[in-house]
Amino acid sequence: MALLEVEQLTVTLQTQRGPARAIRDVSFAVDTAGTLGIVGESGSGKSMTAMAIMGLLPEGAKVEGSIRLGGEELTTKTDREMNAIRGNRIGMIFQEPMTALNPVHTIGKQVAEPLRLHRGMNAVDARKKAIALLDRVGIPDAARRADAYPHQFSGGQRQRITIAMALACEPSLLIADEPTTALDVTIQKQILELIAGLVEERRMALMLISHDLGVIAQNVQRMLVMYGGSVVEDGSTRSVFANRMHPYTMGLFDARPALGTPKGAKLATIPGTVPELADLPSGCTFAGRCAFTIAECHTTVPPPIEVGLGHHARCIRLDALTPTLSRREREQQP
Amino acid sequence: MNAPLLQVDKLVRDYTLPREKLTQPPPKVHALRGVSFTIEAGRSLGIVGESGSGKSTLARIVMALDAPTSGTVRLLGRDLNALPREELRQARRDFQMVFQDPYGSLDPRQTVGRIVAEPLAAQGATREEQRARSIEVLESVGLRASDAAKFPHEFSGGQRQRIAIARALITRPKLIVADEPVSALDVSVQAQVLNLMQDLQAQFGVTYMLISHDLAVVRHLCDDVCVLREGTIVEQGPPERLFRAAQHPYTRALLAAVPRAEPPE
Repeated sequence: MALLEVEQLTVTLQTQRGPARAIRDVSFAVDTAGTLGIVGESGSGKSMTAMAIMGLLPEGAKVEGSIRLGGEELTTKTDREMNAIRGNRIGMIFQEPMTALNPVHTIGKQVAEPLRLHRGMNAVDARKKAIALLDRVGIPDAARRADAYPHQFSGGQRQRITIAMALACEPSLLIADEPTTALDVTIQKQILELIAGLVEERRMALMLISHDLGVIAQNVQRMLVMYGGSVVEDGSTRSVFANRMHPYTMGLFDARPALGTPKGAKLATIPGTVPELADLPSGCTFAGRCAFTIAECHTTVPPPIEVGLGHHARCIRLDALTPTLSRREREQQP
Repeated sequence: MNAPLLQVDKLVRDYTLPREKLTQPPPKVHALRGVSFTIEAGRSLGIVGESGSGKSTLARIVMALDAPTSGTVRLLGRDLNALPREELRQARRDFQMVFQDPYGSLDPRQTVGRIVAEPLAAQGATREEQRARSIEVLESVGLRASDAAKFPHEFSGGQRQRIAIARALITRPKLIVADEPVSALDVSVQAQVLNLMQDLQAQFGVTYMLISHDLAVVRHLCDDVCVLREGTIVEQGPPERLFRAAQHPYTRALLAAVPRAEPPE
């Protein structure tokens, strides 16, 4: 049994323009100590999926389907029951470390808080453990710095502190939502290495959400590509990178300026913009922006089609696509 | 004649911080420590560096939004900081700026038409001229004339950045300083905006001073690159050479830190 099993998850939000399906029929699983990446653009539903798992959906959101952690159903839990799980069995790291930290409490107190709350530790023991955690995530001179406030740290160090908080109760699942997007590349590298080291050392499962294909490529074994609230492609990272099948995945890869492309070369673009959730077509969410759209795409929800070992693409036009290699692959061929 | 488009010479900018101790002078931050470079017309320059390297301070000084502690910025031979106010206002038609955040840089209460025409209005152009030119530039960035009557909230992030670019283009500037113009955009939209910037370069002959933390973006648009670190240019050259055979250890570290979009074997 996988640690986290998400099955046919659909989330409907109440918006001013009526109900909008922010997540559509999303299914995936993460094994104990497994790593899963979710890649997509804004509005793709990648963060919403994480929020659904943590039970932090906005007011009035309707959840259908199932989310199980260690076999236990989470969708039917009350707020109070979820409070006992968040920060305890599920650790979380967000994009903005400054917003995730409370500016008026010392970092020692904030890292100790989950231990006091979930483990009922006394203040002295919790502080001791907090200092050990801060030391582990690479805060220099942790014993003394535990009494400092968030603003006294740099962005990278703040992210280290939120990682220490997330780890405090030794969660079995760590959800990292764009953990390095606000950081410089050299710091990003250090933080990702820290997360990878911790995940391995503690046998945690990792769910890493990012818009950056490079970050996904280097850090996870399996990946989902999301668009318009649905998973358009999933598979092992190696298989998806080597053999991208869905037109959206291809477009996403080709649109990235890469260090190797010569100056003056045109980037391939995906025409149009990511549609508003309320305006999404009822069939394939990528219909209309996709060059291979046929009438049926607008009306039929594409089923997952196995395109490799454990690698699926949701597209009814795969037959038309298969001979069309993506631009970069064509160029690489002799 | 033939003065370079932009000549930045030994630029220094110190910021004085609030006094910490009564007995000591207030501490200073040296944001720029003697930066010099030249941009010839038509050869776009990329400025690469991490946060705190002084990139944005440099952009503000080149735009004459901030004055250097010492050193000069010459645009077409004129020292921007020595110009009288009125002449500087007139000179601003030659250099315009595009900011990072397409949500924060457009006034939500003004129509797109007015936002785009503002640099022209500041130059004292007539209403008719403003209207005609704003429609012209909106069309050249791929928007419609009818969009002029709309408000910024009706547009997506990528479209807003097009509006910001249209505003920068309206005075037919020679230099556009773009501070992280695509870093707030999604990958697919980023590609559209980069292609547009490239087209405008060919069509109107604008030269960019592009500030970015993303080496690939700079590579895509620029003929020369400066790597800035702690207020000093550590390495400079055409991107092909810089990215293939970086000399300075910092440039190499920066390049090595970019995650490769290929899973490890």
